Amino acid sequence: MEQEIVLKKQRQGLSFLKPLIMKLSPKINKGSLVSFLKKSGITLLSVLLFIGLWHMGAKALYDVEAEYKIEKALAERGQEAADAERACIASGDSSCQPNTLPSPSQVWASLQSLIADHQVITADKAAFVEKMAATNAKLIAQGKDAIVYTGRASFLDIIFTSIKTVFAGFLLALLIAVPIGIIIGLSPSLRSAFNWFIQVFKPVSPVVWYLLVFMIVKTLYIGDSSDNAFVISFISVGLCAMWATLVNTAMGVSSVDKDYINVAKVLKLGTFQKVFKVILPSSLPLIFTGLRITLSVAWMVLIAIELLAQSQGLGLFVWEEFQNGANDSNSKIIVAMFVIGIIGFLLDRFMLTVQNMVSFNKNEAV
Amino acid sequence: MSTATLSTETGTTENGIFYPSNVMLDLSKLKKVYPTPKGDYVVLEDLDLQIMKEEFVTIIGHSGCGKTTMLSMIAGLNPISGGNIAVLGKPVKGPGPDRGVIFQSPSLMPWMTALENVLLGVNKVFPHATKTQRKDIAKYYLHKVGLEGAFNKKAMELSQGMQQRVGIARAFAIKPKVLLLDEPFGMLDSLTRGELQDILIEIWNKEKITAVMITHDVDEAIFLADRVVMMTSGPRAKIGDILNIDFERPRSRKSVLEHPDYYTYRKHLIDFLEH
Ligand SMILES: Nc1ncnc2c1ncn2[C@@H]1O[C@H](COP(=O)(O)OP(=O)(O)OP(=O)(O)O)[C@@H](O)[C@H]1O
Ligand SMILES: [Mg+2]
Repeated sequence: MEQEIVLKKQRQGLSFLKPLIMKLSPKINKGSLVSFLKKSGITLLSVLLFIGLWHMGAKALYDVEAEYKIEKALAERGQEAADAERACIASGDSSCQPNTLPSPSQVWASLQSLIADHQVITADKAAFVEKMAATNAKLIAQGKDAIVYTGRASFLDIIFTSIKTVFAGFLLALLIAVPIGIIIGLSPSLRSAFNWFIQVFKPVSPVVWYLLVFMIVKTLYIGDSSDNAFVISFISVGLCAMWATLVNTAMGVSSVDKDYINVAKVLKLGTFQKVFKVILPSSLPLIFTGLRITLSVAWMVLIAIELLAQSQGLGLFVWEEFQNGANDSNSKIIVAMFVIGIIGFLLDRFMLTVQNMVSFNKNEAV
Repeated sequence: MSTATLSTETGTTENGIFYPSNVMLDLSKLKKVYPTPKGDYVVLEDLDLQIMKEEFVTIIGHSGCGKTTMLSMIAGLNPISGGNIAVLGKPVKGPGPDRGVIFQSPSLMPWMTALENVLLGVNKVFPHATKTQRKDIAKYYLHKVGLEGAFNKKAMELSQGMQQRVGIARAFAIKPKVLLLDEPFGMLDSLTRGELQDILIEIWNKEKITAVMITHDVDEAIFLADRVVMMTSGPRAKIGDILNIDFERPRSRKSVLEHPDYYTYRKHLIDFLEH
């Protein structure tokens, strides 16, 4: 019975895995197979439709941009130059390709080149570590710092940096917002005292948070610049994203069912027992709702903040590719866009699952 | 005989007022005012009621007359606007485990098991008992209410009736002197209701405590009570009438229904409520 409930709850959070779970389970009855095929069929169809529309849109934009280039050549350098431009574009030469929205196949190619690039860099790194092993051992024996690989970061390293930053920021938000939320939730006077503070700082944009943190960290923390960028970006992300958790925690704690409070009063529970046995458990669902919003906000503002902080994550990757303007830059940006979207989706689903696990009230839909 | 020995033998004195020793609860000149935007609303005024030790009193009255208000003031959950409430001669200053409460909704902590819910109070009231002893107390009362199979079920997985059983076990397990019940069976079907009435009476009889129970059900009021207290309609509600129920205990539902006085009692209550 208990397991059944757990399963049911998990389905809410990771329901998109349901077809997979059903497929993997040994007992497949006919009905579920049909509905599985139907469900995945519809999903597949919508993906194909999306790619098709994207392809056509990209093609149209490509034609417009090509026409514009040829016309520009005609106006500036005459008929001959225009013909040469047309021939060059038709030949597929990378030097004169119209720069516009990349097509699905270009994006796919970019993804593969990014993966290949990652493999090259990984091999490079391994070779470096091997080469330096003896030297480093000696350096460590002498009490000096080992020499580390400082080459280019691969796409996966970049993703990893972003995830690390977002989790550090999320953790910071949790450590600040949950205790403060509990304290101000418990005391109505503190709540009204803090209210202006929350109302004023909640809507402040990530860019401003970044600048504020930059001013403070710059003076207080002396690390090398990449450490600095990491510290600044995760603190900014945390501060920017913590408000939802703060507000939800305070609300959850202050709005505990009056019946529970009465029970605690009749039993004369002490403050500690009252907080940890009654108030906190009953506000956990709301706290987790807040944490889920915090995580998704953190992931959303991360991109902008990494860009500003020059932290080696997806935000900076996107910005550098845009600045770079190389032939496959645009398609790399789209790859990053999908990666960002998919990771954000998975993070949200993960939090939803956790949230459903702590939610004791089955009817409480979120 | 000096006054000191008198007070220990037959009663206590508090603030110079003499209380006969068999009075458990004493409400005198009780008043409750709720401030509202349209001015003060006087719910109760000049309400006098004495409830004896080991007595079972049921309270009936029209909806909104102030029954819950009165009970929550006895429990100490609601401040008194005027007059006095004394438990064994001592004025009530706030809630406490000497007055157990069973609310209309079971109000269990849904994230705890049945056992943990009962233990919550037991741990508080018996701080010097060992863990096993406390668990035994909790289990004993859960057993009494017929939940021996559901110790470790989460409260949210229990049916309404089972939850209210846990509520009864939780209230008795803290060994209160007075048990206050606010329409505890109002949300249950009549079959479960009857079962829980029997359980309630059985434990009440065994524990020899005082019970005050609000109900809307005239038959329930008669079946359970030594006295039925009728409240007048608000505002400024007070005690309108008190009916002694002289059936012998233990009572069976059948013998009560067949008793010649039953319909006289019933008519008395219904006449009161209809005027
Ligand atoms: N906190 C409050 N503030 C203002 N008025 C209140 C408050 N609580 C109760 N009242 C009013 O006091 C009156 C008595 O309420 P109470 O809940 O005691 O009635 P009751 O006899 O228990 O009714 P019922 O049988 O429906 O439970 C009602 O008119 C109600 O509207
Ligand atoms: Mg009521």
